[in-house]
Amino acid sequence: MKTEVTHAARTVKTPSPATIKLKRFLLDLKKDAFCYAFLAPFLICFLVFIVIPVVMAATLSFTSYDGFSKLHFIGFDNFISLFTQDIVFLTKALPNTFVFALIVGPGGYLLSFLFAWLIHQLPMKVRDYYTLVFYAPSMAGGVALSVVWIAAFSGDRVGYLNHFLLNMGWIDSQVTWLQDPKYLLKIMILVSLWMSFSVGFLAMLAGLQTVNRELYEAGRIDGISNRLQEVFYITVPSMKPQMLFSAVMTIVSTLKAGSISTQLTGQAITPRYAGHLIINHVDDYAFIRFELGYASAVSVILLLLSYFVMRFAYRMFNSKEEL
Amino acid sequence: MMLMLRRLRAVSPFQVVLITLFTGLALFMSLPIVFIFNHAFKPQNELFLFPPRFFVRHPTLHNFETLFLHASNATVPFTRYLFNSLIVVSLTLISVVVVSTMAAYVLAKYEFHFKQLIMSLITLSLMFAPETVSIPRYLVINGIGLNNTYLGHILPSLASPVAVFMLVGFISQIPRDLMEAARIDGAGHFGIFVRMILPLSVPAIATISILTFQGVWGDVETSTLFMQKETMRTLAFYVNSLLSGLQNNVAGQNMAAAAGLLIFIPNLIIFLLFQRRVLETMVHSGIK
Repeated sequence: MKTEVTHAARTVKTPSPATIKLKRFLLDLKKDAFCYAFLAPFLICFLVFIVIPVVMAATLSFTSYDGFSKLHFIGFDNFISLFTQDIVFLTKALPNTFVFALIVGPGGYLLSFLFAWLIHQLPMKVRDYYTLVFYAPSMAGGVALSVVWIAAFSGDRVGYLNHFLLNMGWIDSQVTWLQDPKYLLKIMILVSLWMSFSVGFLAMLAGLQTVNRELYEAGRIDGISNRLQEVFYITVPSMKPQMLFSAVMTIVSTLKAGSISTQLTGQAITPRYAGHLIINHVDDYAFIRFELGYASAVSVILLLLSYFVMRFAYRMFNSKEEL
Repeated sequence: MMLMLRRLRAVSPFQVVLITLFTGLALFMSLPIVFIFNHAFKPQNELFLFPPRFFVRHPTLHNFETLFLHASNATVPFTRYLFNSLIVVSLTLISVVVVSTMAAYVLAKYEFHFKQLIMSLITLSLMFAPETVSIPRYLVINGIGLNNTYLGHILPSLASPVAVFMLVGFISQIPRDLMEAARIDGAGHFGIFVRMILPLSVPAIATISILTFQGVWGDVETSTLFMQKETMRTLAFYVNSLLSGLQNNVAGQNMAAAAGLLIFIPNLIIFLLFQRRVLETMVHSGIK
C-alpha cells in the first residue's frame, strides 16, 4: 500500500514505470476478462470448499472451540498437549498411521506398478480384463466391499477365513478377527492394499503405453541386459509424470484412510484403539467430543504430514516443479 | 524386428510361468467381487449355512425384494434414498464436467495474470483430502445455509482439482491451429468452447465422469455431515448404516448383501463403458 502512495505522488509530472505497469495490468485483466469468467465457478467453489476450510482449520487449531460458545485463542496449547499429553494420539494414532501408511503407501504403489507392468506385458486382447479385475475393488469402494470383509472375517465359524483355517487345521478355535486388537490393524492393511489399485494404477497403465518402444531397442544396444534394468533405466524415467501423479494419489488416499476401520468394526472408535488412525482421532475429537479446536490441530498436523510426504515424492521424481 | 522380439518374449517358459501365476493372482483378487454377486442372490438360509458356501446354490431375488419392501415400512423409504442419490449424482456429474472443463480450457490455452498461481494451487491441492478438514467444511456449509439441501451435496464436489488437473493435461494437447481456424471463422470464446473444446475432450470428460461418479455415488461424508434430515441422505449412507450394525446382527445380512451389489453395479457399468477412454486420457494427465 505504502509504495503505491509514493508512486502516485511521483506521477504528477510524468507517469512512472509503476503506473504504466499498473495500467497495463488492468488492461490485461480487461482483455482476459473472459478467462476469469470461465474460471470463476471453479475458483469460487475451490476457495469456499478447499482454501477457506484449510485456512479455517489452521486458525481453529490455535483456539479452544466447542462449536457453540465463543472461541478464544490459546496459542500453541493444542499442539503442545497433542505432543505431550495425548496418550491415545502418541501411542495409538501416530504409530498406527505410521505403520499403516508405510505399508499401504509404498506397498500399494509398488504393487500398482508391478501389476500395471505385468498387465502391459500381456497381449492387447486380454489386457482390459486384467485391468478390470485389479481395478474393480477400488471401484466398488468401501461401502460395497464391507459386505465382503464382514462375511470373510466374521468371528464365528461361519466366517470364511475362520472356516478355511479351521479346516486346514491351522487354528484350533475361531478367531474374532475384527474385534481382536491384535489383528485389526493387519486386516485393515490387507484390505486397503486390496483396494489400492485406483486412479494411480490407471495412470501407470496409461503411462506404460507412452514409453517409446525404440528406447528399449537403443537400451539393448547400450548394454541393458535384463528386464529389471530395462524397467529402471528406461520405463520408469519415461513415464515420470504418471509415476508422480500416481504417487500423489496414493499418498492422499493413504493418509485420509480412516473410514475403513469404522466400516470393518462398525464402531467409530475401534476396540482398544487398535485401528485408530490420525483421521479417526480427528473425527473422535470433532464429532464425538466436540472439541473442534483440538481436532483442527490434529488435522493441521495431518495436512502438514501429507505436504512433506508430497514434497518428498516430488524430490524423488526430480520434477522441475517445486512446491 | 520389434514384432519378432515380442513374439520371442511371449513364448519363453519364464513368461508362461509368469502369466499363469499372474492369472492366478488376478483370480484371487477378483474373489470379493465374485462374492458380492453371489452373496446378493443367496436365500436367507444359504447366508448362514455351515459350512459357509462361496457360490450361490439357489439364486433368488428375495433379498432385493426385502430391501425394497423394508423400504415402504421404514420412516424414510428406500426409494427416497435412491432418488436422492440419482438426483445428486446426475446434477454433480453435469456440473463438474461443465465447471471443470471451462476452467481447464482457459488454463490450458490462454495466458493471463495469476495463471501460474492458480495452477500451482491446483497442483498443491491434489494432495488435499476433504476428510482432513471436515470440521471447517461443516462450518462453512452451515454458515452459508446449505445443510439439508441438494446443493450441500453437489457444490463441495465442484471443487475438484483432480478433474481440472487432468483436463488441463488433455486440453493442452488439442492443437492451437484448430482454435485459430475457428476464430477466423468467427467463433467467439464461448463458441470455441462449446463447439470445439467440449467435443474434442470427450475422452477426458468420460474419465472425470467416472471418477466423479465413483466418488459421489459411494460418498457418505456429505450425508453424514451436512444433512441432518434423514430424507436428504443418499443411498450410500443408507447402505452404510445397514452395514454398520452388521457385525453382530443377523437380521440385516440379506438386505446388506443386496444393497452392496446395488452400490457396486452402476460403477461397474460406467467403467466398462468408458475403460478405453480412461486410459486414453491418463496418458496426458501426468504431473510434468
